[in-house]
Amino acid sequence: MKKPAFLVSMLALAATILPPVLFLAGQLEAAPMKGVMLASALIWFVAWPVANREES
Amino acid sequence: MAMEVSMEEAAQAVQAGEEFERRPVPEEAQRGNKSFWGMYAGEHTAGTEFMIGPLFVAYGVAFGDLILGLLLGNLAAVLTWRYLTANIATRLRVTLYYKLEKICGRRLVTIYNLANGLLFCFLAGAMVTVSATAVGVPFPGVAMPALNDTMPTGFSWCLIVLVIGAVMTFVAMKGYGLVSKVGHLAAPWMFLIFVACGLVTLPKLESLEVAKILTGTPLGNNPKIGFWGVFFFAWFCNGAMHLGMSDLSILRFAKKPSAGWAPAAGMYLGHFVAWICAALLYSLQLQRYGEDASVAPGPMVFEAVGWAGLICVVIAGWTTANPTIYRAGLAFQGIMPKVSRTTTTLLAGLVCTVAGLFPAFAMKLLDFVGIYVLILAPVGAIIVVDVFLAKRLGLVSDPAEKFRSSFNVAALVAWIAPAAIGFWAVKHFAMPLPTYVTLPVYVLSGLLYIVLSKLWQAKAVA
Repeated sequence: MKKPAFLVSMLALAATILPPVLFLAGQLEAAPMKGVMLASALIWFVAWPVANREES
Repeated sequence: MAMEVSMEEAAQAVQAGEEFERRPVPEEAQRGNKSFWGMYAGEHTAGTEFMIGPLFVAYGVAFGDLILGLLLGNLAAVLTWRYLTANIATRLRVTLYYKLEKICGRRLVTIYNLANGLLFCFLAGAMVTVSATAVGVPFPGVAMPALNDTMPTGFSWCLIVLVIGAVMTFVAMKGYGLVSKVGHLAAPWMFLIFVACGLVTLPKLESLEVAKILTGTPLGNNPKIGFWGVFFFAWFCNGAMHLGMSDLSILRFAKKPSAGWAPAAGMYLGHFVAWICAALLYSLQLQRYGEDASVAPGPMVFEAVGWAGLICVVIAGWTTANPTIYRAGLAFQGIMPKVSRTTTTLLAGLVCTVAGLFPAFAMKLLDFVGIYVLILAPVGAIIVVDVFLAKRLGLVSDPAEKFRSSFNVAALVAWIAPAAIGFWAVKHFAMPLPTYVTLPVYVLSGLLYIVLSKLWQAKAVA
C-alpha cells in the first residue's frame, strides 16, 4: 500500500507544478490549471500520509 | 546540575520518549543530520513567507537589492546556525531554558518566559490574520485588511478571526502533535504552491523589466529599505533561534555540529524562493490596481492559483500559529507552574486571537520580527560568553547554579540595557527596521555581561 501511495503522491506533486509551467508556456488556460492543482492537492493530502504511515 | 546517565537508563529514556528537559541528550537519542534538513525546510516555508515577500515590495526594495540581500543574508544566518548555535548545542546538549537557568537563575528565566510567551502570542496572532485572509475570500462581505490597516476592518472580519483563533487554540490545547504532523506532510506541497504562484504571475506582469516589477518605491508610510535592509532582515529574522540560542532545544539532538547546515534548506527554499514568489504576487497586484492593491495573502493567492492556493494559505498560517500557541502555553506554564498546560495554552490562545483581530502585527511584520529578535536574542550573547569566554576571563560558568542564586543581576542588566539602547537608537536615528541594530545590541550584551559579571561574581564570592 505504501509504495503505490508514494507513487500517487509524487504524481500529485508533479500535477501541482506542471500546470503552472504549462500556463507559463501558454499551453494551458488558468481555469483548468487551477482545477488540476486543486485535484492534485486533495490527492496529495490523502496519498502522502498513507505513504508515510509508520509500520505498526 | 547535569546528571550522569548509564547507557541502560539512556536507552530506556529514549524508548519512553523522554525530552531530556533537565539533562544532556544521551548518545542513544541523538540523530543524524538528515532528520534536521526536512524539519528546517518545512519550518521556514510557512505563513510568514506570504507576508514578508510582499512587505519587501511595500518597503520599496529594488530587484537587485532583494536578490543579493537574500542570497547573502540567508548565508549569514546559516553560518550563524552552523558555527555558533550548533557548536554550543552539540557541546552542551541541553535546552536553552535549562542553560539559562544555570547562568541566570530561575527567576530571570521566568521573566524571559513571559517575554517569550507574549511575543509568541503576537506572532501567532499575525498568522491567524494570514489564515483569515484566506478563509474570508469566499465571503464577499469580509473586508480584507489593507497595507496601512492596524485596526479590525469590520464585524465579518472579527467573526472569522475569532472562529479561526478558537479552532487553533482548541487544537493546541490538545497538544500540537497532529498539526505538526500536518505541517510536515504539507511542506513539500506548500513549497510548490509558492513556486506556482511565482510562475503564473510572470506572464501576467505588464513587463518583465525588473525595474517595473520591483519599482523601488515604498508604499504608504513605509520607509524605504535597500540591500542592507534585506540583508539584515534575512540574517536576523530568526535571530531568536540562532543568535538567541532557542534552537539549542532542537540541535542538542544532533550527532555532529555539521547539522547546523540544515537550516540552509529553510533559508533558501523558504526565505529566498518563497519570499521572492510572494513578492511577485504583490508586484502584480500593484501593477493592476495601483497603490490601493490589497496585500492580504488570501485574495492574491486565490487569484493566482485558485482554491489550492487558499488551502495552502490556511495551512501555512495554521501550522505556524498552532505550535507557536503551544509554545506560548509552555512558556506561561513556566511562569505559573501550578496552572495546567491546558489552561495556560487557553490563555495563550486568547491573547493570540485578540492580537489576530488587529492587522497591525501582520502588516508590520518586518518591524514586529525585528522587535521580537531585539528582545530575545541578547540572552544568546550571555550564553556565548559563558561557554567560550568565562574560563579565559576568570569568570565562573553557570554562576546562578554555582552560587545557588535565583537571579543573576549581571545577566538581567546585560540583557535589558543593550536592548533598550537598541530601541532608542532605532527611534532616534529613524532606522527603517529594528534588525539594523541586532548585531551591535548582541555584541554589547556580551561585553556588558563580562564587565558586570566580574563585579557580581566578586560580590557573590565575598
